[in-house]
Amino acid sequence: MVSLLDIIGPVMVGPSSSHTAGACRLGLLARGLVGGTPERARIELHGSFARTGEGHGTDKAIAGGLMGYRPDDERLRTALETAEADGLDYRFEKTSLDEETEVHPNTVRITVERGNRTSTMQGSSLGAGRILITNIDDYPVEVHGNHHTIVLVAEDVKGSIARIAGMLADNDINIATLRLTRKERGGDAFMVIEVDHEPPVEVRDAIRALEWVRWAYRLDKVSG
Amino acid sequence: MFTNLLDAVHAAEARNVRLADVALEAEAKDQGRPIAEIRAALRRALEVMRGAIELGMVGDLKSNSGLVGGDAAKLRTGPAGPLAGTPFRDVLARALAVQEVNAAMGVIVAAPTAGGAGVLPAVLTGLALAKGIDDERLVDALATAGLIGAVVAERASLSGAEGGCQAETGAAAGMAAGAATEMLGGTPTQAYHAVALAQQGTLGLVCDPLGGLVELPCVFRNATASAIALAAIEMALAGITFAIPADEVIDTMGEIGRAMDVRYRETAGGGLAATPTGRRLARERLVQIKKS
Repeated sequence: MVSLLDIIGPVMVGPSSSHTAGACRLGLLARGLVGGTPERARIELHGSFARTGEGHGTDKAIAGGLMGYRPDDERLRTALETAEADGLDYRFEKTSLDEETEVHPNTVRITVERGNRTSTMQGSSLGAGRILITNIDDYPVEVHGNHHTIVLVAEDVKGSIARIAGMLADNDINIATLRLTRKERGGDAFMVIEVDHEPPVEVRDAIRALEWVRWAYRLDKVSG
Repeated sequence: MFTNLLDAVHAAEARNVRLADVALEAEAKDQGRPIAEIRAALRRALEVMRGAIELGMVGDLKSNSGLVGGDAAKLRTGPAGPLAGTPFRDVLARALAVQEVNAAMGVIVAAPTAGGAGVLPAVLTGLALAKGIDDERLVDALATAGLIGAVVAERASLSGAEGGCQAETGAAAGMAAGAATEMLGGTPTQAYHAVALAQQGTLGLVCDPLGGLVELPCVFRNATASAIALAAIEMALAGITFAIPADEVIDTMGEIGRAMDVRYRETAGGGLAATPTGRRLARERLVQIKKS
């Protein structure tokens, strides 16, 4: 469903809703996968991102997103210069991600490291600032960033979904969508839970404290 | 939100209200948000639009590549043409201003996209200034424009990569024409004809920016699309109607976009981008961006 405010918006730093605002949102979501500004980031640009990204400030926008700047933050213009002071060591590469499946022309793969955690995500900017994360740590996912999202990896134990759903309900958090994927039977399960309200950090910590949860992060709502 | 503009026109006229009212009501219902909150977001968008116009009018901005910038100021202070002193010239200047700010990585409102962001603020604020229209009616006009854009998004496309420039500055012209017609006292039916009159004038327009950058011709396309919107507004308010309904004109834009060769859809493979000068400028400027 198209929202009127998607049409009259977003408020953003130019010049391109797909190559700048969308790119920034992809950086913001990658940041969420390590819970803050990464110490190191490897950013592989594909397709039109690789070809015309520099002229559109795609590099600045992704780096700025990794540093927590939103699409309307004028600091995006100087994000590459201020990254070092913010503790972000970034590296851009051009790549071709076309493998068996067709990849959207505006796609990036971002590998982020913070503390002892490393995570890789792949996402695309679909136009008008809309984005889609298609892969996190080799798990196929669909994250649009228009909800607050909890992502977690858990051992494949019975009742895990009910337990987590219960914890969210106890905190008055309504689930919008829930997707569960796993690479093989009995292997780790990857859960993406989109929720209607911002989950407090205590809820994330309570989920992390479950002994069968390997890791859990909150991804901010970045659009909509 | 509506997927058919004529339904919105009928809904408004049945209750003797404006398209802006049915747009705000539909958005409030869809998103579960109070109308006051939606109006506040639109008011903020209006402020950002005005900020971009003001910044761009000064004329000291340069885009990333240096290809565009400083032309809005020429319309403000340069030699007079036949339209000097009219809202027409002011609207053109405003459209260039916003798009020059966009190209310089300034803050704008993507409405509907960043590449077409100059048309709506230029037409609405330019005509509001000329006709003494207050901010609350400008907020109403943004709601009407959002409704029109949402219908275009549903029925056709708002992406140059999908539908060419007709889906960006063309859609923006339709949104601005319909919204301004209502803002200036036109009926929902007149606004409907204004959308059709504007959108028909941009059918087939390709997206062919030099080097794939949102700069040239994008900055000037925003000015010329604003001119088309003004023509549509003038005609619709004079009672002129367009025989093909706006919804069908929008569908036609989508059909043409789908048939458009990929060279003309934001790939810099055809059109002005592929001219000898276009290729040379893009090469030179991309080298400059890498150095800076």
